[in-house]
Amino acid sequence: MKYFTRLRVRRVYRWRGEPVRFNRKLRTREYSSLAISVEGLPRVTVINAGQHILIEGEDEDNPYVARVVRLFGDESGKQKKAVVQWFVRVSEVPPSKLKLLGREPHPQEIFYYQGRSCDDEVNAESILRPVQVKHLDGAAPFPDSDDKDTLYVKLSWDSKSFKAVDSAVVESASEPAPASSLPPPSPTSRPKPSLPSSPPCSPPAAAPASRGPSRRALPTPDPTIMRKASLGEVRYRRATMSAGKAGAAAEAESRHSATKLSASKCLSAKRRNASARTPGVRKKLELSSPEKMTREDILDQLLDEELESDAMLAQRLSSSPPRALPLDQRLTPLRKAHRDPTVQDDVLLQPSIILNKVSLSETEGPASSARDEPTRATTPSRKKDLKTPREPVLGVLAEVDDENSPMLPAAATPRSSKRKSAQLVSSRIRKQLNLLDNQLDLNSDGEDEDEFIPSKKEMQSSSEEEEDGEEEAGLDSDEEVVAKKIRHATAGSRTPRSKQRTRSSTRTPRKTPSRKITPGTPRTPRHATPSIPSRSLPARQPANVLEEARARLHVSSVPESLPCREQEFQDIYSFVESKIMDGTGGCMYISGVPGTGKTATVHEVMRCLQHAADVDEVPPFHFIEINGMKMTDPHQAYVQILQKLTGQKATADHAAALLEKRFSNPAPRKETTVLLVDELDLLWTRKQNVMYNLFDWPTRRHARLVVLTIANTMDLPERIMINRVASRLGLTRMSFQPYSFKQLQQIIMSRLNKVKAFEEDALQLVSRKVAALSGDARRCLDICRRATEICEHSATDPFATGLVGMSHVMEALNEMFSSPYVAAIKCASVQEQLFLRAVIAEFRRLGLEEATFQQVFVQHQALCRVEGLQPISVSEGLAVCRRLGACRLLLLEPSRLGVLQRVRLNVSQDDVLYALKAD
Amino acid sequence: MMESRTAHAPRSSQQMGESPSIMSKRKAKDAHLPVGECITQVQRILRERLCHQQLPDKPEGVEAQQKHLLELLKRTAVHGESNSVLIVGPRGAGKTMLLKCVLRDLLEEKEAQKNLLQVHLNGLLQTDDRIALKEITRQLHLENVVGDKVFGSFAENLAFLLEALKKGDRSSSRPVLFILDEFDLFAHHKNQTLLYNLFDVSQSAQAPIAVVGITCRLDVLELLEKRVKSRFSHRQIHLLSSLTFTQYLERVQTQLSLPEDFPDTKFAQDWNDSIKTLGEDKSVEEVLQRHFNSSKDFRSMHMLLTLCLSRVSVAKPAIKPADLQEASRLCFADAKANMLHGLSILELCLIIAMKHLNDVYEGEPFNLQMVHNEFKKFLQRKSNSMYNFEQPVIMKAFEHLQQLELIRPVDSSSAKTQREYQLVRLMLDHSQIMEALQKYPQCPTEVKQWGMSAFG
Repeated sequence: MKYFTRLRVRRVYRWRGEPVRFNRKLRTREYSSLAISVEGLPRVTVINAGQHILIEGEDEDNPYVARVVRLFGDESGKQKKAVVQWFVRVSEVPPSKLKLLGREPHPQEIFYYQGRSCDDEVNAESILRPVQVKHLDGAAPFPDSDDKDTLYVKLSWDSKSFKAVDSAVVESASEPAPASSLPPPSPTSRPKPSLPSSPPCSPPAAAPASRGPSRRALPTPDPTIMRKASLGEVRYRRATMSAGKAGAAAEAESRHSATKLSASKCLSAKRRNASARTPGVRKKLELSSPEKMTREDILDQLLDEELESDAMLAQRLSSSPPRALPLDQRLTPLRKAHRDPTVQDDVLLQPSIILNKVSLSETEGPASSARDEPTRATTPSRKKDLKTPREPVLGVLAEVDDENSPMLPAAATPRSSKRKSAQLVSSRIRKQLNLLDNQLDLNSDGEDEDEFIPSKKEMQSSSEEEEDGEEEAGLDSDEEVVAKKIRHATAGSRTPRSKQRTRSSTRTPRKTPSRKITPGTPRTPRHATPSIPSRSLPARQPANVLEEARARLHVSSVPESLPCREQEFQDIYSFVESKIMDGTGGCMYISGVPGTGKTATVHEVMRCLQHAADVDEVPPFHFIEINGMKMTDPHQAYVQILQKLTGQKATADHAAALLEKRFSNPAPRKETTVLLVDELDLLWTRKQNVMYNLFDWPTRRHARLVVLTIANTMDLPERIMINRVASRLGLTRMSFQPYSFKQLQQIIMSRLNKVKAFEEDALQLVSRKVAALSGDARRCLDICRRATEICEHSATDPFATGLVGMSHVMEALNEMFSSPYVAAIKCASVQEQLFLRAVIAEFRRLGLEEATFQQVFVQHQALCRVEGLQPISVSEGLAVCRRLGACRLLLLEPSRLGVLQRVRLNVSQDDVLYALKAD
Repeated sequence: MMESRTAHAPRSSQQMGESPSIMSKRKAKDAHLPVGECITQVQRILRERLCHQQLPDKPEGVEAQQKHLLELLKRTAVHGESNSVLIVGPRGAGKTMLLKCVLRDLLEEKEAQKNLLQVHLNGLLQTDDRIALKEITRQLHLENVVGDKVFGSFAENLAFLLEALKKGDRSSSRPVLFILDEFDLFAHHKNQTLLYNLFDVSQSAQAPIAVVGITCRLDVLELLEKRVKSRFSHRQIHLLSSLTFTQYLERVQTQLSLPEDFPDTKFAQDWNDSIKTLGEDKSVEEVLQRHFNSSKDFRSMHMLLTLCLSRVSVAKPAIKPADLQEASRLCFADAKANMLHGLSILELCLIIAMKHLNDVYEGEPFNLQMVHNEFKKFLQRKSNSMYNFEQPVIMKAFEHLQQLELIRPVDSSSAKTQREYQLVRLMLDHSQIMEALQKYPQCPTEVKQWGMSAFG
C-alpha cells in the first residue's frame, strides 16, 4: 500500500471548476470534481463523481472503498462533502456471515454494500485517492493479478446475504448510460440534464441501481417545467374535478411530492412494472436464489430499503405515513422503462400476468382493453408489496428520534458516524433531491394527461386506518381505484410541506372533500373529533342581488386578496420569507386596534408563503397558530403549540419541557416553524415565563422559529413586559393604522366585487362614518349588511329590490350608533321620568353628582305634588329607582341599603333633560 | 328584582294543543255549566294567561323587532349565515317572550325545524365559562361523539368545542342558535373567553351560528372588551315600549276577557260584559292610571290582575272596581311601614327618637346611647314613667330593630366597639314613620304627638 505514507502528509482539497448546482434549501453547492494535491508535490489527483475511491478509515491498511456519487460543499467552501456508495471489504464482513458466501473470499474482493444502516455522506477530506474497481461475473474466476490496487466486485452484501450484482452498478466510468437512468427524450428538452457535468470521465447515469447515482442522474428543475407544474397546480386547485384535468393536475402536483418520491420511487415503479410480469406474485428477495438475480431484483432490494426509510420518516413526521406510496409506484418513469432498450428486453422476456393498472395506462394506450381484469388482481398484491417494507419502521423510529444530524457534520471517521445516522442524512439529501425527482415525474406529465380514467365517485375516509383497511380489502371497481389514486396524488403531492406541518393542516387537503361528501361518517374513536352534525336540508343559496351582496359582505367570507394592506403585507412577507430562507428565527410584534386586518393579513401572508413553498420558491415550513383568547390559561399555549406541532398531548409543564428540548436541540429535517400568537396580551402571567419562552426560543441556534405576535396596543412591550421579555421580542414592530374612509370604501368595493347593490354615496357615507368613529372594517361590513336588510324590508316588492341608498344606510347607522339612552328615557313611565328629574334637581341642589335615595325621594315627592300626581310610597319609589338602575340609566349601590343607597346618573344630565323636554 | 324565568323550557307545544281540545269536548257536552265550574274555568284560563304560561299568538307593539329577529334567525337557519344580535329592553318588556314567539314561528318552517340546533344559556345559571362550556357540550349532544371519554380540564373542553365549531362550514353543518339570557353576566366571565369565541365563530367561516343575547342593560356594549366588541355585529334590538294609556287599558280588557270558545257561552258573555263596564269605571281608570304612571311593564299589571282574579268566587262571579282598588292598595303597600305596625311601643318610641336625632344631626349616624338620651328627654317631659325601662330592655329592643333591618350599623367591621356605642343609621324615611304612626293600633297620644312634633 502506497498511500499510507501519504497519510502523514497534508493533502489539500480544492473544488475543480465552478459549482454545477446550488441548492437553495440546504445552501450547498455541488461540484463535478475535486482536486487533491499533496503539499509539496506537483501531482494533482482528480476525483470525479462516479469514480471509485478509497476513504480514510480506522484501519490504515484497508481504507474503505466507495464510489463517489456526488460532491458538494457549503457556501463558504469550508466544508466539503461527498455522497458515496459504499463497498465493503472482506474484512469488514463478519466472519460468521462470510460462510454464506460458500467459498473462500478473494483477498481483493469487495462487496457492493446494500445495508441501510450506513451514512452515505462523508467528509471529502477523508478521501485518499481513486482506486480501480472491476466487476466480475458471478462465475468468472478472480484474475490472477499482482496489481494489489485493483479490487473486484462480484456480489452485493446487505448485511444479511450476498447477492449477485450487476456490472452496471459497479462499473464507474466509461460505460454507456445504462438501463434505468433517464433516457432523455431529446437533449434540448432538458437544458440541464444532470448534475455532474463532466461528461467524458463520468457519464451521469453510471450506476442506476444504487441510490445515489439514480438521484444524481436526475435533472435539475427546468424553469419551463416548473412553470407548467405550477400552472397545473393552480388549475387543480381552482378547476372543477373534471377527471382528465384532475389527473393531469395530480401529476403536475406530484412534482412537489419531493421527499418521499425520491428517485428510487421511479425506479420502483419500473421495477414493479418489470417484476410484475414474472409469473406469480413477486417473491421476497431473500427467497430468490442468487443465480436468478436480475438487476430488477437488486433494485427491488434497494427500493424496499428506500420505501422503508421513507415510510419511517413519514410516519415519524406525520400521522399519515405512506400515503404517497401508491402514487409513487405509478410514477411516470415506467414509460421510460419501456422505452429503454435494456429494460424493455427484460420486460419482454417475461410473461405478463399481473399488471399495475396505472403503470399500464401510462405505458401504453392500446393496452386499455386489458385494464379491467388486471387491476383487480393487482391491487392486493401491490398492497402486499407495500406492506412489507412498512413493518420494520417502528423499530427504527426511536433511534432516529434521538439522532442529531448537524447541517454539515465534520465526519473525521466516516463510517462509524455514518452508519448510525444514515437515515437522517439520507433524508436530508433526499430533500435536496426533491427537485430532481419531481422533474422526473414531470417529464412525462404531458403525455399522460389524457390517459387517466375519469372518476366520478370520490371516496373518502375519515382516518388513515380506514383508508388502509379499504385498500387491503381490495377495491372493486376501477373508478374507485382511480379515485383513490387521485386522492393519493393530492395527498402525496403535498408531502413536502404537509408532512411536517401541524396535524390539522396536514389533513386539510383531504379533509375538504371528505367533509363535503359524507360529513357525518362515524369515526373511529381514536380519530374522533367532534363536529356539529350536518344539515339534513341543504343551505339555501342567495337568491337576489341584495342577498348576494350580504353574503359577500359577511366578515367571514374571505376575499381573494386584502386590499389596503399592501405595505404591511409586503413587510410581513419579506420578514417571514427571509427568516425561512435563512433558516433562522425571529420575532415580530404587530399591533393595531381591532378590525384593522392584522390576523387576516398574517393569514394572507402565510397563504402566499405556503403557495410559494408549494412551488418550491421557499423551503417548506410549518405554520401554527395560537390565540390567547382561545385558551383558558396562558400555560395552555405550550400544550396547543405542542399539539399542533407534533400532535401529541401533554400537560402544560411537560409540553413546555418538550418544546424547550425541541427548539434547543438540533434535529434532522427541521423546517422553519412560523408561529402566530394572536391576542398576545392574554399570555401575560406574573412571571411572564410564557412570553419569555415564546420570544426566547427563536433566538436559539437550532430553533428555526419565527414568532409573529399580535395584540391591540402599540406599546404593549413597554407596558406589560419586563425588560428581559421585551428585549427578546426585539424591535421588529409593525402597527396597523385604522382604515381611512377611502380604504374602507375600497374594502367594501372589493368585497362586493361588481355586485351592484349599493349607491356610491351610500358607501361613502358608511365608510366616512366608520372611519371617523373607529376605522374598524368589521363594523363597516356589518353596517352595510344591515343596510341591505333594511333596503330589502322597505321595498314593497321583495323581488324587485332596488339599490341600497342613503336612507337605508342612515337607518342602519342610527340603529348601530345612536345611544339607546335617550329613547329609553322617552319610553320610561311617568314616575321613572319624574325620578330622573328629581335626581337632577337634587344634584343641582347639592352641587354633587351623587345623592342618597332618601334625598332624591324628597325631591320626587315635591315634583309629584307639582305635577298633580298622587305621591308614591317609599317602596314604590325604590322600585322605580331599581328599574332605572337595572337599565343602567342610574348607577345604584346594592339595594339592601334601602333608602340609604346612593344614586348616580349613568347618562349626562343634558341627555336626560333633552329626552324629557322632547315630550 | 329578579324575574322568574323558564330559561330552558322551550315552548311546549303540548300545552298549546291540549287546552282547546279539552274545551271543545266540554262544549259539546254541555253549554251551561254550573257557576262553580265556570269560575274554575275562568280562574284557570286567566291564570295561564297572566302567569306567562302561554305565549300570546302575536307579541303586541313589537312587530318590527319581531320581523327583524325572525329574518335574522331564518337566515342563519336557512342560509347558514352567522349572526349575532342583542335584545335589549327594560325588565318585563317582553324580551324573552319576543324570542320565544320568534322561535315558535321559526320552527314552524320545516327547513328550520330540521336543521336548527338550540343552546340555551343563562347568565345566572352558567356563572362561569367552565360551566357554560359543559352546558353547551351537553345541549349539542357532543359528548356522545367521544363515547365514554370524560372531559377533564376546562382547557380540553374549550379546545374540543372550538374544534367542533371549526369543523363545520357554512353550507354543510347545522346552524346552532346560542341564546344567552342575562347576557351582561357573561361579560363578567374571565377574559370574556366564551363571548370572544362565540363571536369569533360568528365572524369566521366556521359552523354557522347565531348568538342571541338577552339583557336589560342599555350599556351592555360598554361591558364588552374591545376585541370582543369588534367581533360583535352591533345589532341591537331595543324593546322600549311606547305604550299609551289607552293601549294599556285595552290590554287590561283583553287580558281579562274570556275567549270565544269558553264552554259556557252565556257565562262568558256576562263576564266579558262585566269586564267592559269595569273598564269604564272612573275609579278603576284612576287605579290603572296610577299603575301605568308607575310602570309600563305588563308584569306588574298582571300582578294586579291576578290579585283581582283571586277575589272572584261563586258568590261574586265578576271583578268589581273595589277588588281592583284593594289589589292596588296591596300592590302599593309600603313594606317597611307595614313592619312598623308590628313593633312594640318601646321600639316605636326608639324609632321616633331616632327620627328626631336624624332631624337634629341631619342624617349623621347615632348610637344607642344617643337614642336612649333622646328617649329619656321625652320621658322627663311626660311626668308618668310608664315607659321607664331598664337599660337592658332598651338594648334588647334596639337589637330587635337591627335584626329587622330598620336600623343598620354604619360599618359592620366595628364589631369591637361596645354595642351601646356602635353607630347606626335609620333605614326609614320620615313619611314611612308618619304613616305608621297614623295606622298604629291604639298608639298612645303622647307618643303620637311626640312623633308628629317637629322638635324632640
